[in-house]
Amino acid sequence: MVNDKGYYGEFGGAFIPEMLYPNVEELRRCYVEVSESDDFQKDFRRLLKDYVGRPSPLYLAERLSEHYQTNIYLKREDLNHTGAHKINNTIGQILMAQRLGKKRIIAETGAGQHGVATATVCALMGVECIVYMGEVDIERQAPNVGRMKMLGAEVRPATSGSKTLKDATNEAIRDWINNPEDTHYIIGSVVGPHPYPDMVARFQSVISEEMLWQLEEQTGKEDPDIIVACVGGGSNAAGSYYHYLNKENVRLIAVEAAGMGIHSGESAATSVLGTKGVIHGSRTLLMQTEDGQIIEPYSISAGLDYPGIGPMHAHLIDTGRAEAISITDEDAVKAAFFLARTEGIIPALETAHAFAALDVLEYRKDDIIVINLSGRGDKDLAIFSKYFDQHE
Amino acid sequence: MNRIEKLFAERQKDILNIYFTAGYPGLNDTETIILSLEKAGVDLIEIGMPYSDPLADGPTIQESGQIALQNGMTLDLLFQQIASTRSKTEIPLVMMGYFNQVMQYGEERFLKACVNAGVDGLILPDLPLYEYEHQFKDLFEKYGLCISFLITPQTPEERIKKVDELTRGFIYMVSNASITGAKKGISEQQVDYFERIGAMQLSHPRLIGFGISDHETFSTACQYSKGAIIGSAYIKKMSKSENIEQTTLDFVSMVRGRRSSAVSPQSSD
Repeated sequence: MVNDKGYYGEFGGAFIPEMLYPNVEELRRCYVEVSESDDFQKDFRRLLKDYVGRPSPLYLAERLSEHYQTNIYLKREDLNHTGAHKINNTIGQILMAQRLGKKRIIAETGAGQHGVATATVCALMGVECIVYMGEVDIERQAPNVGRMKMLGAEVRPATSGSKTLKDATNEAIRDWINNPEDTHYIIGSVVGPHPYPDMVARFQSVISEEMLWQLEEQTGKEDPDIIVACVGGGSNAAGSYYHYLNKENVRLIAVEAAGMGIHSGESAATSVLGTKGVIHGSRTLLMQTEDGQIIEPYSISAGLDYPGIGPMHAHLIDTGRAEAISITDEDAVKAAFFLARTEGIIPALETAHAFAALDVLEYRKDDIIVINLSGRGDKDLAIFSKYFDQHE
Repeated sequence: MNRIEKLFAERQKDILNIYFTAGYPGLNDTETIILSLEKAGVDLIEIGMPYSDPLADGPTIQESGQIALQNGMTLDLLFQQIASTRSKTEIPLVMMGYFNQVMQYGEERFLKACVNAGVDGLILPDLPLYEYEHQFKDLFEKYGLCISFLITPQTPEERIKKVDELTRGFIYMVSNASITGAKKGISEQQVDYFERIGAMQLSHPRLIGFGISDHETFSTACQYSKGAIIGSAYIKKMSKSENIEQTTLDFVSMVRGRRSSAVSPQSSD
């Protein structure tokens, strides 16, 4: 899907300062060959199975299906070790970093799930780990900050801009510029300069790879009618779409965070509010002023609070292959409570946006819908608890 | 031959390029800063277009950019300020910013505005060589603008040759792998790098930037190139300045290693 210069249609590329060129170029030259080698695949598959706990179940949510009068399957990425899909990518990237001889790992994190997943694999491999996290996110995702520290990672606050995911990413990139020799940057989403979007999508594609045979086993055909995933940068969406990208019969739904409302000025609905531009080394859709200044986004969910979107998703939405839906904070929280009380599963706030999409999505009674349940909501209990009164 | 090329044709050494962030400290300081820098004996001026997410810049330039944006700086206003200043000076002017700013303004519209305002060249650290060569080179040539690409200690030789081929004006030689304003002084390792590049006999002159902040680092840089670029150190002085002209004169005198001939009776250091 991506060409050799890292473009998905007109989106992608590698708009990076020269200081980053050697590292990014090294990765670009190696990533396909290394990740497809037998030796790499052996380690990757073994860790995904024995350490992460894959395959993650595909679960027919009967009560939810009955409520919505359709057939809803949940891809249980929340059951992975560390509680989200993020670890699929960090396992892949730590194995890549080892093969490139890197001794120091840096990462950015929004909700903290990617930070925890990175800290986890660094502990597993005995490698130094520094995670950049926006000051605002450190506050609102405190449990994950504690987990990272417990795992031996250093959490460095990003204090510029909106003090959220965008700013944490800026700081991680600056760290990489300052440490060009021994450091690998584990980007957590399908964003950044080529080859990151494609590399992360490949590591996450284990999700759709499993969906193929799990659906076949459970429904008799490997294709669902609809796949729904939330999108910040878009890694869980990329992973759940991956093997279905060329199957035009499968609708791909990208659920973005509308925050307080798309046009409230407090939103992160990039596909609606964004225009073409460059963010974090990639030409994509992003929220910006006429003068090209990046607008600080807002979402209740730290993982979706990002002013851009991965270039693959920009391309999918731009060409009409994927449909974008925006969900407000309020509707996401409501959907989280509903899922908790219907299926006994507390989703992450990010993931809750995907569930809220069921209320606005058009579907048929006999459709098979897969929702990528990208993460669990333990980290969000402090936020959910503010809504207990409304959901008694 | 534009003003930048003319400068390098006429001067062979000790070229001083000073960077400032447009709109900082005050929204309308652009003209005062440019004219003060020229009067103080700077050869080339790099005008920073403040950006919300300047990836290659350290805290000093980041903060100055944030304040400039809060002050209300926009590209249209900046072009107006430069145009009106241009009628008073012939000093070469380079604009530095991030590619997204140019892209949103419209690449051709941006280059046209540069020419109309009297800007001579551009530095866009995140515009890759590949994209430039295949999408924008012809446009730059059409408008006669210089462009500087960066090289670092890690840039492979083949790529340095490509930088030399695509650059027009001067090559921006990053002294050390870092963001701006991060490291002080020049190490032996850096000197090795300067000598290695010097021995390559590139066709374009080089200015050394990043980590140049005072007379000592400026002089060392000048031994291995045509001159040097200073940004963060000047911005830091400006942040405490009560008189732009005096601060600028003092700063440039310090860098040049000569006594400051005071604009006002008291000199700040």
